[in-house]
Amino acid sequence: MDIFLTPFAAIGAATLAILASIGRVVMYAAQTFMHIFRPPFYPRELAAQLLHIGYFSLPVVGLTAIFTGAALALQIYAGGARFNAEAVVPQIVAVGMVRELGPVLVGLMIAARVTSSIAAEIATMKVTEQLDALVTLSTHPMKYLTVPRVLAALIVVPMLVAVGDTIGIMGGYLVATGRLGFNEAAYLQNTYNFLEIMDVVSSLVKGAAFGVIAAMMGCYYGMQSERGAQGVGKATKTSVVAASVLILAANYILTEAFFSA
Amino acid sequence: MIEISNLHKSFGDNHVLAGIDLSMAKGESMVIIGGSGTGKSVLLKSVLGLITPDSGTILVNGKDATAGDRDAFLAQFGMLFQGGALFDSLSVWQNVAFRLMRGEQKLHKDKAREIAIEKLRRVGLKANVADRFPAELSGGMQKRVGLARAIAAEPDIIFFDEPTTGLDPIMSGVINELIREIVVEMGATAMTITHDMSSVRAIADKVAMIHDGIVQWTGPIDQLETSGNPYLDQFLNGRAEGPIEAVR
Ligand SMILES: Nc1ncnc2c1ncn2[C@@H]1O[C@H](COP(=O)(O)OP(=O)(O)OP(=O)(O)O)[C@@H](O)[C@H]1O
Ligand SMILES: [Mg+2]
Repeated sequence: MDIFLTPFAAIGAATLAILASIGRVVMYAAQTFMHIFRPPFYPRELAAQLLHIGYFSLPVVGLTAIFTGAALALQIYAGGARFNAEAVVPQIVAVGMVRELGPVLVGLMIAARVTSSIAAEIATMKVTEQLDALVTLSTHPMKYLTVPRVLAALIVVPMLVAVGDTIGIMGGYLVATGRLGFNEAAYLQNTYNFLEIMDVVSSLVKGAAFGVIAAMMGCYYGMQSERGAQGVGKATKTSVVAASVLILAANYILTEAFFSA
Repeated sequence: MIEISNLHKSFGDNHVLAGIDLSMAKGESMVIIGGSGTGKSVLLKSVLGLITPDSGTILVNGKDATAGDRDAFLAQFGMLFQGGALFDSLSVWQNVAFRLMRGEQKLHKDKAREIAIEKLRRVGLKANVADRFPAELSGGMQKRVGLARAIAAEPDIIFFDEPTTGLDPIMSGVINELIREIVVEMGATAMTITHDMSSVRAIADKVAMIHDGIVQWTGPIDQLETSGNPYLDQFLNGRAEGPIEAVR
């Protein structure tokens, strides 16, 4: 009898565990947002995080975007040639970058660069009792650590996405005009005419959502860290995986919300 | 001042605290001794609310420690963590002045730095370490920065978790004297964990010995040698034979 029930019990237990951890993350997020509006505030911490998450991510965002835009232009040209539609390169590059690739790539880069460093830093603070020390010094770790990071990501990741979109389009432009014989002025004109306000808005909203997810996952798993160096390693790994998966899932949901007719 | 009764705490099937009863009066210096892993640090953290006990009550100034305004409650305390727990993203003086620049006092940066440097001097550190980062200091120096941070805001109640571990004998003497001074001059209440018997004699008004999750003996320092308690005697004499199993 047990032999038949064991697999089901295991599945049931796993399902419960997943639901419980989703519940904890949601609770954590709700608490963070409540703390955003309640003093004390830590403007210095926020400024430091704006710099760390935003400014220092510019190189990696720029590099990712330019190569992706360039490759996209080549692919669309080659693909379009199969049914004599090579001319759509500027339009498709623009839509592809702004609606999808810009926000997703920036989101994943932030997950790699920012989520991991937040998780490792906070997890180390946890295992070396620095979080306990914060509490005994009457400072709430969520207000002092989580809120500035999440707020900074909310503000600055949409800006990074805007930069990424623009540089991606420029990458496509460079390849299209340099290698594929497109006219410079016409390319830009086509891009500009084709993009709609909603494309740009969706891009920025996605950026904000992905930024919040990335920072929140880093803080959450950092604070959940188990003891020792292994605990820190595990927290870091889990946070990056969780942030990446959630960003891709959120991307699908937001795309449905914005563009499903 | 602090009234702990029937405190229990387990981690899984590891029953660390199994009914601790302990009380200390205002302005008293209590020293807690006991073998490694007997739950001394867990006890201090439970009083501060960093660890939630399974059962039992903790009263501080007659009020339940777990209820009421946490900020006001914690503002009375200073804590030296066993591992130092310095914030490694902040410089030494910013660590020491952490509470001074935040919370109720909100001192200006220059004033807070001045006080921090004065506290560093009291724990035997020169002003030139103020702008270094914790990772650049030796273990014993980090411990003393932690000590300076614990006493910086002149709290009413101070917990020291092994203040002299990792210090040379001369510096241990300095720190013992400092803790004694803080209790006598500032009228603070202190609870100190130590394995160092010279510290016990220098610091303690009262001693509590913890083993097997309960307080095996507690009494004034001058009765330490004459207690007749088998646990305490074994501990004080460092014998392998006795009620405390040496091989665990
Ligand atoms: N957060 C925790 N999770 C699980 N177990 C813990 C935790 N904190 C402490 N313990 C366990 O509780 C027991 C007591 O730990 P504690 O740190 O209080 O010992 P101690 O008396 O301070 O020892 P030492 O003198 O070596 O510092 C140990 O067995 C330890 O493994
Ligand atoms: Mg300890």
